[in-house]
Amino acid sequence: MSRRTEFLANGTMRLALHTLADSSGASDDSTHPLLLLHGLGEQSPASRPAWTDAWPGAVLALDFTGHGESDVPRGGGYMPETLMADVDAVIARYGPVSIVGRGLGAWIALLISGARTASVRGVVLADGSGLFGGGPHPPSPYVTVLGPGDGRTPDPYALIELSRDVRPPDYALDYLRFALEESELETPVVVAARIRPDWLVAIAADVSVAEAPLVEAIGSFINPQLANR
Amino acid sequence: MPADDQMRSYPGARPPDRTGHIMSSGLRLALNEWGDPDAPMIAMVHGGFDFSRTFDVFAPMIADAGWRIVAWDARGHGDSDRAQLYSWGADVRDHMAAITTLSDEPIVLLGHSKGGGQLLDLLDARPGLARAFVNLDGMPSQFSAPDINDRERRRMRRADVGAALDRRRRRNELTRRPDTIEGLAGRRAPMNPRLTREWLEYLVTVGARHDAEGWRWKIDPLLHLGGFGPWRPQWSMDHLAALDLPFLGVLSGVQDDPMGWKSRRGDIEPFLPPGGQLEFYDDIGHFLHIEKPRFIADLVLEFLGRLP
Repeated sequence: MSRRTEFLANGTMRLALHTLADSSGASDDSTHPLLLLHGLGEQSPASRPAWTDAWPGAVLALDFTGHGESDVPRGGGYMPETLMADVDAVIARYGPVSIVGRGLGAWIALLISGARTASVRGVVLADGSGLFGGGPHPPSPYVTVLGPGDGRTPDPYALIELSRDVRPPDYALDYLRFALEESELETPVVVAARIRPDWLVAIAADVSVAEAPLVEAIGSFINPQLANR
Repeated sequence: MPADDQMRSYPGARPPDRTGHIMSSGLRLALNEWGDPDAPMIAMVHGGFDFSRTFDVFAPMIADAGWRIVAWDARGHGDSDRAQLYSWGADVRDHMAAITTLSDEPIVLLGHSKGGGQLLDLLDARPGLARAFVNLDGMPSQFSAPDINDRERRRMRRADVGAALDRRRRRNELTRRPDTIEGLAGRRAPMNPRLTREWLEYLVTVGARHDAEGWRWKIDPLLHLGGFGPWRPQWSMDHLAALDLPFLGVLSGVQDDPMGWKSRRGDIEPFLPPGGQLEFYDDIGHFLHIEKPRFIADLVLEFLGRLP
């Protein structure tokens, strides 16, 4: 199918959410969607990636604020924690999801898995742009002022700010703990990324986290019994 | 327009001599000025949940000594535009936009609380913007609740994150609750327990809007005290140590004031820039320039008088 786009309200802005595939399950729509989160400076894929072929539910893809077809805020102000709210808008619309996050999307996926434990059924953390952020410690200070912008994406402020946010391993582990404490899954976080910034080294080292290639990782969340809970 | 009986005055408070605005990446920031427009410039940066009119007593004292005071409202605060996104870094950038719009030369910067902390960040990145820096109790150096154990800290973080997401879901429904002048002042009092009710009522009349239902604070209802994210107060000390300019830091030692970072002299002294001056007062609260404006103004003027 060609992708179908809807726009979700995000304050005074709009978020573009694309349906790449409808649920292939029974007419009772018995499984939850798989949500794809792109990397920094990227946008949602134009069609369903082959590595999602086994997923029985709908496949959705979100353009983060300032990316793809989503709106661009005036004057930047991006933080990963506010992009969590983008994903939360999808959860508010569709209910529980499993998530595959690439790069920046992997970091956001980890955060939202800990923040909305009841609604995130599992996350796969995959390679992609923006996986490192600014590293585990504050990078050298850098402040610049750009013009008012023309609304085009990716927003230059998103590229600057979301490549400089600090990602301490202990902060990442806090969110992992939140997810582990309440998830119905035994292994709600699976690492598929081959590149490992410090935060991801800490996550992957946790005994409750699995490591698997992307397709296998997604497969670990295909469980109708869980989806029906 | 509120009726005359809905206005308040306060001893020594003086409205700005000039008002205007500055643009920062498409956002309009409200600007207030006191003093001779040709006098040397001091930019005053307010703290979180404050606005530039909180300098209505302090700024005229400095202006009357021969300085031009400029102060802008942060995004979402006072009369500035509300933004779709807020962050510490975006505020820092707005400060840079304001400073570079107002002057081609280094100026004196003064920041209170969050404003002081943000100027520390800015000056580490752009040291050429200032020729001197006054920081009023805006030097984060430690967690204000160091005795919290890891489990409790995580529980608080989780609660903060959940509350922030819930608030964002409802952002289009959020409004500031209307009240009378007295009611609004009373609601602010827990944040400012050491400031007089007379001052807080005056603040309502310059920091809130009046409509058919009453007074509402102008600040964007999406904003809230605190925040979340991995930011750690001790990171600010890296910025302080990097400074190389005349510096005056003033710390409040009142430990039960609900606002501020509660840094102590010993937390800050090891990181002072060369020749930096640090003052510590255990009998003045976090809002030093409001609680003791004449005393703090004289301290600042003495410091300014020594500038080359």
